[in-house]
Amino acid sequence: MLMRLAYRSLQSLLVTFCLFITVFATDLRAEDDLRAMINALGEGNFSQTAKQVEALAKTGDPKIVPALEALAAGDLYQRKSDKQVFLTKSSAGNLVLIDPLSGEEVGTEASGALAKIKVNNSLRRTVRAALGGLTLMSPDAGVRLQAAQTLLRAPSADALEQVETALAAETDGRVKTVLERARAAALLVSDRPDGEKKAAIAIIGKAGGQDSLSLLSAALASADDTLKPDIEAAIADIQDRQALWAAGQNVWYGLSLGSVLLLAAIGLAITFGVMGIINMAHGEMVMLGAYTTFVVQEVIRTSFPGLFDWSLAIALPLAFLVTGAVGLAIERGIIRFLYGRPLETLLATWGISLILQQAVRTIFGPTNREVGNPSWMSGAFELGGLTITWNRLWIIVFALAVFAALLFLLKKTPMGLQMRAVTQNRRMASSMGIRTPWVDALTFALGSGIAGIAGVALSQIDNVSPNLGQGYIIDSFMVVVFGGVGNLWGTLVGAFTLGILNKFLEPYAGAVLGKILVLVLIILFIQKRPRGLFALKGRAVEA
Amino acid sequence: MITSFLLKSFDRTIVIAVAVILGLALIVPALNLLTAPDHPLHVPTYLVSLFGKYLTYALLALALDLVWGFCGILSLGHAAFFALGGYAMGMYLMRQIGARGSYGNPLLPDFMVFLNWKELPWFWYGFDMFWFAALMVVLVPGMLAFVFGWFAFRSRVNGVYLSIITQAMTFALLLAFFRNDMGFGGNNGLTDFKDILGFNIQAQGTRAALFAASAVALALSLILTSGMVRSKYGKILVGVRDAESRTRFLGYRVEHFKLFAFTISAMMAGVAGALYVPQVGIINPGEFDPANSIEVVIWTAVGGRGTLIGPIIGAVLVNGGKSVFTAAFPEFWLFALGGLFVLVTLFLPKGIVGTLQGWRARRKEYRKAAADEAARGQTAAEPVAAE
Repeated sequence: MLMRLAYRSLQSLLVTFCLFITVFATDLRAEDDLRAMINALGEGNFSQTAKQVEALAKTGDPKIVPALEALAAGDLYQRKSDKQVFLTKSSAGNLVLIDPLSGEEVGTEASGALAKIKVNNSLRRTVRAALGGLTLMSPDAGVRLQAAQTLLRAPSADALEQVETALAAETDGRVKTVLERARAAALLVSDRPDGEKKAAIAIIGKAGGQDSLSLLSAALASADDTLKPDIEAAIADIQDRQALWAAGQNVWYGLSLGSVLLLAAIGLAITFGVMGIINMAHGEMVMLGAYTTFVVQEVIRTSFPGLFDWSLAIALPLAFLVTGAVGLAIERGIIRFLYGRPLETLLATWGISLILQQAVRTIFGPTNREVGNPSWMSGAFELGGLTITWNRLWIIVFALAVFAALLFLLKKTPMGLQMRAVTQNRRMASSMGIRTPWVDALTFALGSGIAGIAGVALSQIDNVSPNLGQGYIIDSFMVVVFGGVGNLWGTLVGAFTLGILNKFLEPYAGAVLGKILVLVLIILFIQKRPRGLFALKGRAVEA
Repeated sequence: MITSFLLKSFDRTIVIAVAVILGLALIVPALNLLTAPDHPLHVPTYLVSLFGKYLTYALLALALDLVWGFCGILSLGHAAFFALGGYAMGMYLMRQIGARGSYGNPLLPDFMVFLNWKELPWFWYGFDMFWFAALMVVLVPGMLAFVFGWFAFRSRVNGVYLSIITQAMTFALLLAFFRNDMGFGGNNGLTDFKDILGFNIQAQGTRAALFAASAVALALSLILTSGMVRSKYGKILVGVRDAESRTRFLGYRVEHFKLFAFTISAMMAGVAGALYVPQVGIINPGEFDPANSIEVVIWTAVGGRGTLIGPIIGAVLVNGGKSVFTAAFPEFWLFALGGLFVLVTLFLPKGIVGTLQGWRARRKEYRKAAADEAARGQTAAEPVAAE
């Protein structure tokens, strides 16, 4: 009994040992094979090297990944003396040799003793595809995803089986979708039956995007009649969706332009819309706001560099105060003598705008001044098929916030009540004890101050130069007149309508012609509705 | 009828003004051509061109005054009519260059060869003939003003709104003429002119003749506008300016009166532009700049709107000042111009001529009152003496 037990143990021990030996030996042999194959990379011309790469890829061993990556990057060298191939990194004129399989440093050589293994683009592509296949099985989902994307971009029929094995083993949802697409892409260029290809076309078509489009177009060129209709339908489908996204992007650009117009026009909606003053110096208020931002940033740059991200927040109240004070001075000094003579106000404020422009030019010089973007306003992100830049997004948010604040001020505060009262019936308001001259002055200062904070925002997307305001004045008047004088909501709707209209005309007519068309449309629109989109009703408008 | 029109238009100030302008048309070219360069009364050629330019500006200001001063339409787009007239003349001058351009193409102007155009666009046909170009100088601005005014006045767009859409019009034209595809030379405009009606455009004699032509055009326009504002039509025009609704309620078709004045004014502006271009030698889209139109308004305002000689004086004074200022202190010209806008609107709302006329009228009234007083005193005294 004991003997039998001892025998059994010995037997199993032996078996285990034999197994161990076998496995170990295979492993060693395999490693020897790999080394030989890697060394063979150094021999022959590009196409022979490519064959070697493919052979290496067939082994499916993840150990060869560093060698292949080095090959693609041009870091793989052959030692001239013994034709051994090494990974290298340069150190003080010499090259440090790294074993391609173990990754250990095995010595240094002068660069003269080594020959670089040359790569060309087609070889690089082969390497990338091979790597794609190898990394598909990596335990890291990120690596797998990248590999799948590489394969999707450069599909090859050879990789198909690898992709299918990887797909069967894949558990991560995101990687799986990309793998499915990669499989479909590879299927398209393989010699599988048409039925499978049709399914593949459907998958690629559903994925959409520019990549899929080029895949399908390439397939269309070599497709036979059974597949052609499918591919064409898929291409049309993708193009439809792209058109939709392009329209979405246009809407976004339009909103962005609309928010700029709204910012530029909203101060004017107060001075021109509510008070009826043709303020041609409005654009210069915007410019002063932008220059305030410039000055604030200069001070921060020289004295408090850490505060740069806060520069806009600091500039906002300052710009409001500066331009509001200038506005107050203009109203008290000039405009109050001209009430009831709108055309003369126009001329006087035009004169003021010339003086302000020249003053800024004299102080700051005629060239553009640089205003930086804080970190939270730079960069962009993707949303579906849309690219959205942070500064544009913030400006839309800011424009809407200013609009809401102004609406609140006019509708819910005592000051707003007085403003509206003076606008509607000056004499009645005056007899109720409202000091109408002061309300006029404060309203004008408010409108100017808002133009100033618009300048802070616009300094982020426009050149800060003495001519900054000139570019906005005509647009601002168009927005206010189009929306309807004396109506803040009209200004909002007017700004966004004109912005979106402009951006939709641009692709067909070009930027300049689009703008001309918008101007002509506004001129025609004013013929139809001389008081704008949302006209005030009643007798007051005739006065 | 024409005689009566002319007779009515000849009031004393206008007669003097026309005489002065026509006198200048003779004297300045004579002093330029007939005196030796070192003669103390010699007028150098560059000054002849400069004064000629002022005269075309004066004509433009007069055109604006017709609609603003007498009809209450503040057009902020008159520079557009001026520039269109200028472009029509510029196209004629371009066609006159012929094969002498840098590319030597007998038919196509240089910029078209440069843009690789193979044939002349249709709207350039006919501009090789002076009579056709001269017709276009008045027709194109006139048609634009007619169509624009037809829509605007019919839908009763007035006051500030009209000012803003005229500004939009000139801004749209500015953008349009900047485009190369429009076929008007894009950014660079039309320039490098060689000759006009067969005379070298650089020659002293041509310059003098252009000056004389500008003066004559200004004098004729002065007679025309004077006749217009003194006729029954002019009275109604002033009625429209002062009380549009009331005039309408009296049964006048206000929009027709306005449209006529607006169109005539645009044609005058076109003529001014056509005379301006050969004297400065270039026309480019910058002439459409809304700021230019507003500057015309200030010339008119400085001189005195609602008076016919006011805008002429204003245009010459402001532009003369501009020439002196921009040469001496270029930094301060915009301060001066801006200050002028503010001061004139605040302290001189009637302009120089209007204020002077006001003084004269008041003095006349005072004298008349004094005379009446004296006469009454005498009649009151007489019976006493008789007793």
